Parts: sequence; C-alpha cells; structure tokens
Amino acid sequence: MKVSLFITCLCDIFSTNVGKDTVELLERVGCEVDFPELQTCCGQPAYNSGYLTESKQAMKQMIRAFKDSEYVVGPSGSCVGMLKEYPEIFTGDPKWEEEAKALAAKSFEVTQFLVDVLGMTDVGSTFRGKVTYHPSCHMTRILGVKDAPKTLLQHVDGVELVELPIGEDCCGFGGTFSVKNAAISEQMVQEKSEHITETGAEYLVGGDMGCLLNIGGRMAREGKNVQVMHIAEILNYQK
Amino acid sequence: MSVKIGNAPFHNRVQDGIENDFMRKAVSSAQGRFRSGRRNAAEELGDWEDWRTLGEEIRSHTLENIDFYLEKLSDAVSNRGGNVYFAQTAEEANQYIQDIVKRKEAKKIVKSKSMVTEEIGLNAALEEVGGEVVETDLGEWILQLDEDPPSHIVTPALHKDKGQIRETFSKKKGYEKTDDPEELALFAREQLREDFLSADVGITGCNFAVAESGAITLVTNEGNARLATALPDTQISVMGMERLVPTWEDLEVMVSLLTRAAVGQKLTSYVTSLTGTRLEGEVDGPEEFHLVILDNGRSKILGTEFQAALHCIRCAACINVCPVYRHVGGHAYGSIYPGPIGAVLTPLLDGYDDHKELPYASSLCAACTEACPVKIPLHEMLIRHRQIIVERENKAPKMEKLMMKGYAKWASSPAAYKLSTKVAKPGLKPWTEEETISNGPGPLKGWTNARDFPAPSKQSFRSWYKSRRKREESE
Ligand code: SF4
Repeated sequence: MKVSLFITCLCDIFSTNVGKDTVELLERVGCEVDFPELQTCCGQPAYNSGYLTESKQAMKQMIRAFKDSEYVVGPSGSCVGMLKEYPEIFTGDPKWEEEAKALAAKSFEVTQFLVDVLGMTDVGSTFRGKVTYHPSCHMTRILGVKDAPKTLLQHVDGVELVELPIGEDCCGFGGTFSVKNAAISEQMVQEKSEHITETGAEYLVGGDMGCLLNIGGRMAREGKNVQVMHIAEILNYQK
Repeated sequence: MSVKIGNAPFHNRVQDGIENDFMRKAVSSAQGRFRSGRRNAAEELGDWEDWRTLGEEIRSHTLENIDFYLEKLSDAVSNRGGNVYFAQTAEEANQYIQDIVKRKEAKKIVKSKSMVTEEIGLNAALEEVGGEVVETDLGEWILQLDEDPPSHIVTPALHKDKGQIRETFSKKKGYEKTDDPEELALFAREQLREDFLSADVGITGCNFAVAESGAITLVTNEGNARLATALPDTQISVMGMERLVPTWEDLEVMVSLLTRAAVGQKLTSYVTSLTGTRLEGEVDGPEEFHLVILDNGRSKILGTEFQAALHCIRCAACINVCPVYRHVGGHAYGSIYPGPIGAVLTPLLDGYDDHKELPYASSLCAACTEACPVKIPLHEMLIRHRQIIVERENKAPKMEKLMMKGYAKWASSPAAYKLSTKVAKPGLKPWTEEETISNGPGPLKGWTNARDFPAPSKQSFRSWYKSRRKREESE
C-alpha cells in the first residue's frame, strides 16, 4: 500500500525522531512510504486564531502537495483533524471544494490508519515500562479517534498501561492559546501534570506533538522525572 | 444594564480568578460532581446520542418556525386570561414590569431564579420604583445579600463555599449557627417564608413555554418557584423569546435532557407548569398573569450562522466540563453568561467592544460541544467569532496580524518553509541551553514563563528523509 507521510510542521522541525519512527513503523507493516516535499503546515495556527484568508493559503499548499497521494498519514490527531475540515472550509469554492474533499477522504492519523484501514491491533513492538496515555482533544473530539491508540498500546509487549485521571481534559496547549492566554494555559498544564504524576507512570504517551511539547515542557520545568513520548515512538520500539 | 458585569480588563479578571483559591476549590469540586452526575444520568437513559439528536431537532424546528410558535403561545396565554408583552429591549421589559408594580402599589416582590431578569437588570429597575425585591432561590439570595453577580447559570453562587455563606448570613441577617449546609438552608427557608407570605408580586423566569397550551414550565430543586407563583396575587414570568417548545411531548424530551445535562438528575424535585390565571371555578393561581417575552438582541441572531446558539437550554453542561472555567471561575468572563456558551452568546447580545477577549478564552478543546445536550457547535462558533474579530471588526492586535501575514507566506511557499527548517536551530541558538529554551523571545515568552520549549532537532525531518533517500539510491 502506498502512503504519503504528512509530517506536520512541529514534527518536521522539533521531532525528527517521531518522523523517523512513523516512517519505519509504516514500512514495517508493509507500506511504501513517500514524503511529498511540497507540504508545509495544515493552516491550523491561522485558522484557529480567526485568520481565515491566511489559513486558506496554507491549506491550498497542502492540497497541492498531496494531490497525487493515495493515502495521507500523519502523526497528529489535531493536524489530520484540520485536513478533515477542509471540505467545510472550501464549501462553495468551485476551484478547491472537490480537491479539499478528496484530501480529507484519504487522510488518516497514524493509529487510525493502522487500526481502521489496515485492520491491525498488534504492530509487533516491545517496550518495557509503565505508561499512561493522554487522549488529546482534537484526536478524540474533532477526529473522533478514541480507541485506536489504546488498542495498539495494549498490544505492545511489555507495556503496562495505566489510566490517566480525567484524561479527556485539555492539557492547555490549544495552539496560539498557549501564548495568547498563557496564564490560563499554565493552570491547565499544571493540573495535567499533577494527574500524570498521580498515575505513577514513567512514560506519558500521546498522539499530538503540540500537547506533548506542552506537557513535557511543563514537567521538565517542574523537575519531574516522567518521559514524554509520541505513540509512534512506542509502536516502533523493538527492545 | 446588560449582560456585562464589572469593568476590570479581561486579563485582570482572569488573574483575580486564578489567585482565588477558595473559588477554585469550590468550582473544581462542583465540576467534578456535575460531570460524573451527567455521565451517569446519560448512561442510565441509554441512547444519549439519539436523545441529543432529538433535542437538537426540536430546538432547530422551533427556531426555524419561531414566529409561528410565538404567536401560538401568545394566543394560548391570552385565551387563559394572561397578558402577553413582547419587549424589544431590556428597557421596554423593565418599564412594563415597573408599570405593573406601580399600578398594584406592590411593596414586596419575590423572585425565583431567572437568568433573563439578571440580563435585563430587573432588580435595580424594581427598586427604582420603590419595590423591595427578594430573591428566593438559595444561591440567588446569598448573592443578593452579598451584592455579588452570579458566576454560573444554574448554580449562581457556585464560587462561594459554606464558610463564606455563613459569614454573609451572620453579617447581613444576624445568623449565629454553624456552616453546616442544612442549618444554613433551614435558616434561609425561615427567613424567606415571611417574604413569600407578604409578597404582592411573584416574578419568575421560564425554562420552557409550551406553545400549544401557554404553560410556563419551571424546573427547580428548591420548590421556591412554586411558592413564588402560588402565593402572590400577581405573577409575572419573563422569558427569552427562544425559550419555547411546540408541544407537551417536546417538553418531555427537553426536560429530560435539561435535568440530566444540568445536574445529573432524572428529574429535578419540582417541575412546575403554570397555565394562566385563576379562572372561574378554579381554586388556585394568580389573579393576574403577565408573560414578558424578551428579544434584547436575540432576533438579530436569527438567520445568521449563530442561530444555533439560540437552541441553548441553559443547562450549563458546557460550563461544567470547561477547563478554562474551572481555573478562572465565572466572574472572569465579565458577563452573567460565563463559560463556553457565555463566550459565544455575550458578544452576540452585547457586541464585541467589551467582550472581544471572550472568544479566545478557550483552547478549542471542544469538550463543550461534546457535552451540549442540543449539540450546539460551541467551539466552532468561537472560531467564527475570532474570524469576525479579525476580519470584520478589525480588532486583532497589529503584531498578531503581521505575524499571520508572515505565516501565510511561509506556509504557502515550500521554499520559504524549507529554509525555516534549516535556520530554526541556529536562529534560536542565543536562547538555547542544553537543547532547551527556558526564556524565549517574543511570543515564545508566554510559553517559557511556565514551561520549557525544546530546541529544534539537530536535523529537520525533511533533511533526514532526503539523506536517507540518497543513501538508499546509492546502495
Ligand atoms: S450551550 Fe448547550 S451545554 Fe451549554 S448551557 Fe446551552 S444547552 Fe447547555
């Protein structure tokens, strides 16, 4: 199966490892992965801040970049969720509406792709440790991916998965929210960090780099000894 | 008077909220109770999603045909001896009610809980014409004694704990007992009983008016609405023009959704439907009944992309799941309608000038949208507000606009984007120490005040991918 990787700008610049692991993981389960170089950012920072005109410029670039792809798979519930909203945003635009629909229809978040498209539950990885999972807001509520990440984690050999209290609560990232309303965002991430500590987990795992930078950055600032990992890193772990 | 409360700037209100430990503890534990209550009640009902869909359908059908149903309601109320008054503005509504109070030479007026009378500032208007107004809902009474605005639309005194309530009672009413909630409630009951008996006019809000019968339905847990409507000779109910349902059957669905979503109860202790005046041969009911139907900016929302905001049944489920509300409390919103629905509704009712920060007081986590029993897409409406603030109202900060222009150039040009992946690391070097930025420049500062920011990877993903391809090709 041919898959185009949608790396997301955050992973591209800040987490090359997550990108590597996503590529290797997809290849390991039999996909042929390519990386369309014309891709940039999904438009969300502008769209969520109210800059519709500016966000559409980014979106059009993404539509162009993935024009010839069969499947578009990315390591982010939030950014893929954004792609899924393109059709609504371009409704009534004769030039872009159809292409927006086509992109949305073939785009998947990586765990969603593994479970819903490839029908997998066990990707054959091994990872030893006590893990808790943060179900990020856009992954669960915008994209509607609730079970796939947990299903895959449960099948990783050696993972002890513990429930995160009030996991469904936002970590306070919210893109530009984290700088525009920094004081509120801080309270939210502090609470998230407390809940993670309560679980006694050694690893906090999530599927959205923005949330992970936020939570990880906070826990590092608090001097807490919890390692933050992207789910693709765990699913591609072999020892 | 409008929905606006207080004059402090938004960020000061937020800071006050964050620093108010008492309030935050009270709000957080109340949210916990409400949330699990709602979840259990929804599960117990089964098919919660189907119920939500039904609720949404009823609300949207009603709003699509609002003229028809308002006329029906108005006829039904008139046929049962009531008077109906359509008020365009808060002033008109207050004026009408003031006139009744003057004509009746009413001294004492008892009120049951009503957000819409908060919205129009009715209490102040009544005091102007010499009426003594007594709020009879426990939470509202506490706030009235304390001269404090509500911070929640269902439990208005949510931000207060029992110690603070005890203090208020003792200062204002000479209360001498403990802060045991039962003792406090008993005291309030004794005090209020006198007021009910001596009141000339009873004023209520309206959870739902049933168009086919003219019945005003009140959903409460304290029973005070019954006393406020049964004892005084004159009853006035004030409703937002959207608060109606076509039929009794629709009412059943809406009340089921309301009580479950609001407090996690199958039914509240009292659901009261009042229909008109005491007719010949009837034993109870008021001599005179007035229904004030308030527009106050609502009809302007009809037919716009925000119409679904009028579907709101004021259950507060969105408020109870909102993490922003949990940390800042209701008063930080500067509106009698706080939380996600407040952030959507307030700018619609009262304009953007005083409330332009509200649509941004959300991380767009969509917990509100998921909780709403009538499926109002609250977080999408917040984004729409932001678009209007940026593009139509032109109220966004200059710096932000420049940055977004830059963003658009960057994200629409693969070359510029690629360059940025190369220069990000050296560019941030002056602020980087051990691969961490702990005191970032410009907009990063807001972030690094509270948490670390990572330095960009040594090699961007795309450059790694390229070298891998090259390696593969040469092998
Ligand atoms: S917006 Fe929805 S959840 Fe919020 S108060 Fe209104 S009906 Fe309830």
